[in-house]
Amino acid sequence: MKHEKDPQTATSLQQSDHPHDHDHDHDHDGVELSDIELRVRALESLLIDKGYVDPEALDALIETYETKVGPRNGVHVVAKAWHDPVFKQWLLEDADAAIASLGYTGRQGEHMVVVENTPDIHNMVVCTLCSCYPWPVLGLPPAWYKSAAYRSRSVIDPRGVLHDFGIEMPSDTRITVWDSTAEIRYLVLPMRPAGTQGWNQEQLSQLITRNSMIGCDVAKKPDQIASDSEAAS
Amino acid sequence: MNGVHDMGGMQGFGPVIVEENEPLFHHPWESRALALTLAMGATGKWNIDWSRSVRESLPPAMYLSIEYYQIWFEALERLLVQSGLIAPEEIHASKAIVAPVQGLRILRKENVAATLSKGGPTERQALSAAQFAIGQSVRTREMNPSTHTRLPHYCRDKIGVVTAIHGAHVYPDTNALRQGEQPKWLYTVCFDATELWGDNTTASSVHVDCWEPYLQAAKL
Repeated sequence: MKHEKDPQTATSLQQSDHPHDHDHDHDHDGVELSDIELRVRALESLLIDKGYVDPEALDALIETYETKVGPRNGVHVVAKAWHDPVFKQWLLEDADAAIASLGYTGRQGEHMVVVENTPDIHNMVVCTLCSCYPWPVLGLPPAWYKSAAYRSRSVIDPRGVLHDFGIEMPSDTRITVWDSTAEIRYLVLPMRPAGTQGWNQEQLSQLITRNSMIGCDVAKKPDQIASDSEAAS
Repeated sequence: MNGVHDMGGMQGFGPVIVEENEPLFHHPWESRALALTLAMGATGKWNIDWSRSVRESLPPAMYLSIEYYQIWFEALERLLVQSGLIAPEEIHASKAIVAPVQGLRILRKENVAATLSKGGPTERQALSAAQFAIGQSVRTREMNPSTHTRLPHYCRDKIGVVTAIHGAHVYPDTNALRQGEQPKWLYTVCFDATELWGDNTTASSVHVDCWEPYLQAAKL
């Protein structure tokens, strides 16, 4: 990656170091608690005290996005589309029904549209106004998707944004951007890499990255996953 | 509202910084803020457009300097007070001082999966025929409401082409003001990037979802 900064600072909209000037407190273990940590804890206590939230429901909500809903759902959708031309056609014509048939429905994915990359056109998805993102198929958005840098620049300079991701798009590929201003949620169908004829759905799955389904990456080439597994062994 | 949240085309925020192997949450409080926001949203005391409106009405310097889940948290505190569910002094005390609102729809653990799976579809019965057709040229309106809207600043008074019609959807501009859903036809409009940015762009085109009141027939 081109811009390797301290990952701990890559969470605010500015994605940069911010002065560490919050009020701090310490719990019994001597662990430093930030002002925001204390405020969130206090509000949770208040809402439980009022009887407005079920603490077990909070845990279940978090567990859902930690273990059940994530980019592997989108990987499933894309790999099936690459493998099954009938499903792909259905996905492009009626994404809601095709995606629901795999069991992925609900919050922040109520109205889905899938856009297909081709050699001529590359699709990129953003929400310039907030952080709209297709949760049922991609999970919660990464910090960069919500950053001011991405939200501001993708609609005017998507080629520059791709460069930040280490992707140089051919000059004759047009780039079109989808700004998620309504409740329509967009999923990019990346191009299936060459050299994957005869691959089964599970093999194809290994080529699909989360960012390729947002339009900020391309699918891996077959030799990339070969080298990945060598590196892991 | 012409706020700092309306970032499309702004410059100077630097490169997109991608964190390798980013965790789902960077701090425990982020997951709690998310869960509290979802749980309280499920009570139905406010709608998504009202909550977006509160988030984008945070002081601009604050909006730009805090982490995204803190934007949600700051808005949640305000929504709880604005909707009458808590009193401001209870935030400082972090315990109940006034009697809770009765009859609230509480999200229970056993209903979490069904609630998330159902989501909040926004398509509604259309109240009139769609005014525009696929392939038609439209011009977005020049409009600068001080209240919530979903027509970004960068694509106002611009000519584009309708590429999809999504049915009638809840209209955020009125729903955020608690003036009702007032469903309006929703279109995807494709703008040539040069129409938006002149020559200073590397995009070919930009698609924006626009409700019918944002559009008028283009006089070519």
